Amino acid sequence: MKNEHSHQTTKKFGMVINLDLCTGCGSCMVACMAENNVPFKPDETDKLKSITWMRVYRLTNGKPFPETDICYLPRPCQHCEGHEGHSPCVSVCPATATDYDSQTGIVSQIYTRCFGCRYCMAACPYHARYFNWYDPVWPDGMEKYLNPNVSPRMRGVVEKCSFCYHRYQAAKDRAYVEGQREIAEEDYQTACTQACPAGAITFGDLNNPEHAVYKLKQDPRAFRLLERLGTNPKVYYISSKEWVRKAGDNYLPDEKPKK
Amino acid sequence: MIDAALIPNGVKRCSFGKFLLGLAVVGAVLLWGVYAMLLCWFKGLNQTNMNDYYGFALWIWADLAVIALGGGAFFSGFLKYLTGKDELKNIINYAVLIGFICYSSALLILAIDVGQPLRSWFIFWHANVHSMLTEVAFCLSCYFGVLTIEFIPLILENRQLNKISFFHHLAHNMHEIMAVFAATGAFLSFFHQGSLGGVSGVLFGRPFAYREGLFIWPWTFFLFTWSAAAYGPCFTLLITKITELISGKKLVKDNVIELLAKISGWMMATYIVAKIIDTIYWATVTAPSKGFLVSDFYSNNAFYGMWILIAEILFGGVVPALILITPAGRKNPKARTLAIVLAVIGVCINRWVMVLQTMAAPVMSFDRWALYYPSWQEVATTVLPVAYGAILIMICYRYLPIFPQEPELNPID
Repeated sequence: MKNEHSHQTTKKFGMVINLDLCTGCGSCMVACMAENNVPFKPDETDKLKSITWMRVYRLTNGKPFPETDICYLPRPCQHCEGHEGHSPCVSVCPATATDYDSQTGIVSQIYTRCFGCRYCMAACPYHARYFNWYDPVWPDGMEKYLNPNVSPRMRGVVEKCSFCYHRYQAAKDRAYVEGQREIAEEDYQTACTQACPAGAITFGDLNNPEHAVYKLKQDPRAFRLLERLGTNPKVYYISSKEWVRKAGDNYLPDEKPKK
Repeated sequence: MIDAALIPNGVKRCSFGKFLLGLAVVGAVLLWGVYAMLLCWFKGLNQTNMNDYYGFALWIWADLAVIALGGGAFFSGFLKYLTGKDELKNIINYAVLIGFICYSSALLILAIDVGQPLRSWFIFWHANVHSMLTEVAFCLSCYFGVLTIEFIPLILENRQLNKISFFHHLAHNMHEIMAVFAATGAFLSFFHQGSLGGVSGVLFGRPFAYREGLFIWPWTFFLFTWSAAAYGPCFTLLITKITELISGKKLVKDNVIELLAKISGWMMATYIVAKIIDTIYWATVTAPSKGFLVSDFYSNNAFYGMWILIAEILFGGVVPALILITPAGRKNPKARTLAIVLAVIGVCINRWVMVLQTMAAPVMSFDRWALYYPSWQEVATTVLPVAYGAILIMICYRYLPIFPQEPELNPID
């Protein structure tokens, strides 16, 4: 068993999102909510309390018509690696309720251990973490359609995108039953990736040269959000527009982005 | 008076009826706070106006503020027991009481603030040694224990309790070894005050709060400890002044007040120099290295302007420090009181910006400022510790010899 473990290659699951293809339709958000049993709250008008593991932002170049340009930017949890796994949120959680898995690169959230101090939310510059201000509720009958592989979260704990980790577990189980050592790229895909009608989201192992994301992340137009902070995220974006790439980080007035 | 036997010798207190009336008024405020607290516990944090942008809000500010203001206890203890400033024995009881109130309030606020209060013990059981909050929890709990130990002999000095031989000797012996607890308190306070500063200073995803530092400790770690030692005694002096105004009596001699004001002033002066250096380095090196101009943090929103930085550093730091380090300033009661009030406001502003402005300032270039105002439940639960503190002070002032100089300053004819 020990030998088997040592032969495992370290994976680094991540995403590359092509913003040139994203239409802002929101399918990724809907798929994510359905897949991960994201609850509703009594009043959804206050969006600062809405839980959206995947959130589509609308960016604009700020120029007047006719030079106005917009771009939609889907933002899941960035699964930051930080420096040697010290991602912003993992290092601050006092109860070790969120963890960086060095075997997969996925930042997990242990709902039953979280006691709701919200320090991780304060630490995350992407606002990718959400607090359950209310007990989860679903419209009558909808609880029958909940995903049995994902535990609903209780009031008073933090939740976030898990890169559909339950799908990874299922894929590993299948691979084991079929006698495979490794899971294939297509066997583990997130719900948002599969739901995107434009094919803007690509998911896979960033360390594996056979996976599409490995090549895509090297695209000269690829960038990550807030790279200068040292968060070392695993979600890459591609845009052919310079103003979009510039919007991915902060720059002083006399600075220019490298890409 | 019905409770005459409990009142310390040589001092005069108001009638029992007047005392009860005072308790009832403050008690009503306390009940309002308790009602709001129960709402938060039973209905959840949806009772607040916090949201996913403002995970930390009024309560965490109140927590940081009362701990900074309660710093008078550890620093006065340090000065009296470890540096031999014996005059401070005339105010140390009150400093300990105020510290006890502040720290018990902080623990209560934390118990309301967490989403799953019944799991609060996870912070000890599943402790993450990398988290500043873990350090806060451990040191805060331990120091509250120390403060309780420091408070017990004062309770045992009640006239009736002190008649019991065991309590009398226990109090005496505890006083004898109090230097040990004062040293322990100072050691623990260094870490929890510092780690509270570290809570925001380590947030490398939040350029407004992030600071470089020494080894694992950001500069805010040291600044928070220093500021608590500097500003905490000012709060002790402020509450003493308020108590004197309400009771209509002089309770502590001026030489004691002036000594504490002088030490506080010099601590504040050195702190504010360090704070200014830290601010300049942050504004010219740290923030620009992340792509931010310092003006980005103080513009394009309806509340946080440069005024808050000036209010904190100039009016809440430089001005009170200058008044208190000047003999003429600290000997003038009006100037001294002004300095003390400004100092207390200054440290509260510092804790405010390190919590709330950190949350408010956008980091992603396409994000926006998020402003917030507390719900009545948050206000009520924040007022709750104030009412609790007032009640504890009223009871202690009436029945315990908190101010050793009171009989001498207010002889009964």
